[in-house]
Amino acid sequence: MLKEAEIRTFVEGTTHYFETSGQQAATVGSPYLVTDGKPGTYEYTGVIGISGARKGIVYFTAPRGMLTVLLMRMQETDCSEETILDLVGEVANTISGNARRDFGKSFVISVPTVIARNPDKVAAPHSRSYVIPINWRAHSAKLVVCLE
Amino acid sequence: MDTGTAQGALKLMIVDDSNIIRRRIERSQQIDRLEVVGSAGNGRDAVDLFRRTQPHVVTMDLTMPLMDGVECVEKLVAIDPKVLILVVSALADKATAVEAIEKGANGFLCKPFTDRQLNEALEELLRDA
Repeated sequence: MLKEAEIRTFVEGTTHYFETSGQQAATVGSPYLVTDGKPGTYEYTGVIGISGARKGIVYFTAPRGMLTVLLMRMQETDCSEETILDLVGEVANTISGNARRDFGKSFVISVPTVIARNPDKVAAPHSRSYVIPINWRAHSAKLVVCLE
Repeated sequence: MDTGTAQGALKLMIVDDSNIIRRRIERSQQIDRLEVVGSAGNGRDAVDLFRRTQPHVVTMDLTMPLMDGVECVEKLVAIDPKVLILVVSALADKATAVEAIEKGANGFLCKPFTDRQLNEALEELLRDA
């Protein structure tokens, strides 16, 4: 179960990522709780496994359109499938890694697993997940935090 | 040491499991005397590349497959204690930064970073080089 301050950590990490890497702030909607184990995905998903003091996953999921614009804002000219997958994993990794500022070193993060167009492969380990809606330059994405 | 680079240039090796970040650092770094000699996507490949190219400066991610950045820092410093290592990582807790410095890293830049922050961190790293 996440505390309000812990959810705020991920919200701030998300806004900081888009402001710094995308050079334009994202609007983050009100986080909400999903209890059916199906928080949902967009086209591309980067999943970070969490172990140590907390266990579960954090994933960032976004459509290709948003990821392509984000690459362009990073002056990246290669928008191949491989690079899109690299980016979605890097976003998940960066937001999860930044959370250690508040969670501490015992919040152990894995290297990213990246998934394209296969929502069934993104399995939430617990029925309860917090979803943080992200809007950036007319695109929508979400960060999902599923920790025991 | 034969640098194999322009006179006075310092060789830079970039280590990160993300291709995007490796290219970003190569593209964004504006330090005239730094010359990129190679990049690696994990700690194990980085050690091999380090032996072959003998860089003076390394940017080092921490969360990587096969061998993580902290272990890699330790190995690179064992090979060349004079190497300058800038850790570039999303791991934002103080304990991780302290551990990397204790293993021999010389600086720490937290992801996500701007081009300006990258260049300032590299300039700080090279201040006494």
